Amino acid sequence: MNWEEIFVALPKLLDGAVLTLELVFISCIIGFVIAIPVALMRASQNWWVSNIPLIYTFFFRGTPLLVQLFLFYYGAAQFDAVRESIFWPVLKEAYWCALIVFALNTGAYTAEIFRGAIQAVPHGEVEAGIAIGMQKHTLYRRIVLPRAIRMALPAYGNEIILMLKSSALAYTITLFDLTGVTRTIIARNYLAIEMYFTAGVIYLLMTFIFIQVWMRVEKRLLKFQN
Amino acid sequence: MKKIAFALAAVLGLSVSMAHAGDKIRIGTEGAYPPFNGIDKDGKAFGFDVDIANALCAEMKAECEIIAPLDWDSILIGLKKKKYDAVVASMSITEERKKAVDFTEPYYSNNLTLVAKKGSSVDPANLAGKAVGAQRATIAANYVTDELKDVDAKLYDTQENAYLDLASGRIDLLVSDKLPAYDWLRSEQGQGFEFIGDAIDVNDKIGIAVRKKDDELREKFNAAIKAIVANGTYAKINEKYFPFSIY
Repeated sequence: MNWEEIFVALPKLLDGAVLTLELVFISCIIGFVIAIPVALMRASQNWWVSNIPLIYTFFFRGTPLLVQLFLFYYGAAQFDAVRESIFWPVLKEAYWCALIVFALNTGAYTAEIFRGAIQAVPHGEVEAGIAIGMQKHTLYRRIVLPRAIRMALPAYGNEIILMLKSSALAYTITLFDLTGVTRTIIARNYLAIEMYFTAGVIYLLMTFIFIQVWMRVEKRLLKFQN
Repeated sequence: MKKIAFALAAVLGLSVSMAHAGDKIRIGTEGAYPPFNGIDKDGKAFGFDVDIANALCAEMKAECEIIAPLDWDSILIGLKKKKYDAVVASMSITEERKKAVDFTEPYYSNNLTLVAKKGSSVDPANLAGKAVGAQRATIAANYVTDELKDVDAKLYDTQENAYLDLASGRIDLLVSDKLPAYDWLRSEQGQGFEFIGDAIDVNDKIGIAVRKKDDELREKFNAAIKAIVANGTYAKINEKYFPFSIY
């Protein structure tokens, strides 16, 4: 182990880790905002309402993230119509492409996690709400969604950790995230073991801190169960 | 059968090199780096390296045999084990390789080049703020990160992805090995692009590898390289592949 070189590379690797965190944080927030309405539609009794968003979740859960990134970044850019559209200034940037694809991807998984949780809300609680005369949107806002999100917390935390690791694909579209920086450094100093080891430790640390925070959130929100 | 052929080749290689002077020179090449060296449908080696090797042999009035295809990773090991006497396979002369083998004088140079859209106003002398792409882990990438400090550097995992982003306009400029880039310029996708500025000399010289202390063969090659460059044979071969001199 060449500790000296690890020390030299550390500031650059941490810069990369900041971009990784940024990508995961923002895409998970956008993904959450997408997931709630999609989950509600997916949980609907109406066949049409339930199956239209299925096209979206099916595509993003059924294809590799790498393929989605390449289709969106390299693929779309091949069409003149895309390059001449008003969206090009955004789509031109690898950063925005990564954010959009990550958000849509995690949004699809999160929506299915929430759909399962919505459908698992005990009937008795819903019926109680109806019995005291709640309107449908009040019922959802005060009973179904708070209950469903609490039930979904462990699975949702898992999804965020998966997203943190999937974000390592950002380097394939020229971003200098933690993995991108690591590979770029290795191309110069050939110290693959040292650099991947350090990157692995940084990923582990990020995951570790996230799990601690998430456990506290779970404990707080699920207090009523204990 | 394969084993027998293998052993036979080793024995032959040994005997040839022992009876060196005036005898057959066995030249190894990789056969997987067109247009420099490749293998055609009939299993015969072709390409710039092969043409140069044959021209050198004609100049030396020696009988030569081209041995290909060979594994790139172990191509110098085969040389050391005397399975062949020289390697003409577009091999860059590096300090690391010089520890294992000797090299002749270079027979061509690999330069870097800038590629940009035809008619773009990119000034090679002032690239500040431009988005410049290159393939990661190449001399070109090192050049971008070391020499072009104030540009927006984009590194790609494959040369193909870098071409895609150049074509879509995400990068203003590509830094690449000149010769593969020349192939791309001739492709359909590369039609609207051109080399800009002068080729960038990164001191990447390509030579013929011979065994350590095989000075006699090395000197013969050196003399022959000089001769074919002087008498125009080299230019003729060069012209067949590239419209600019790569010597």
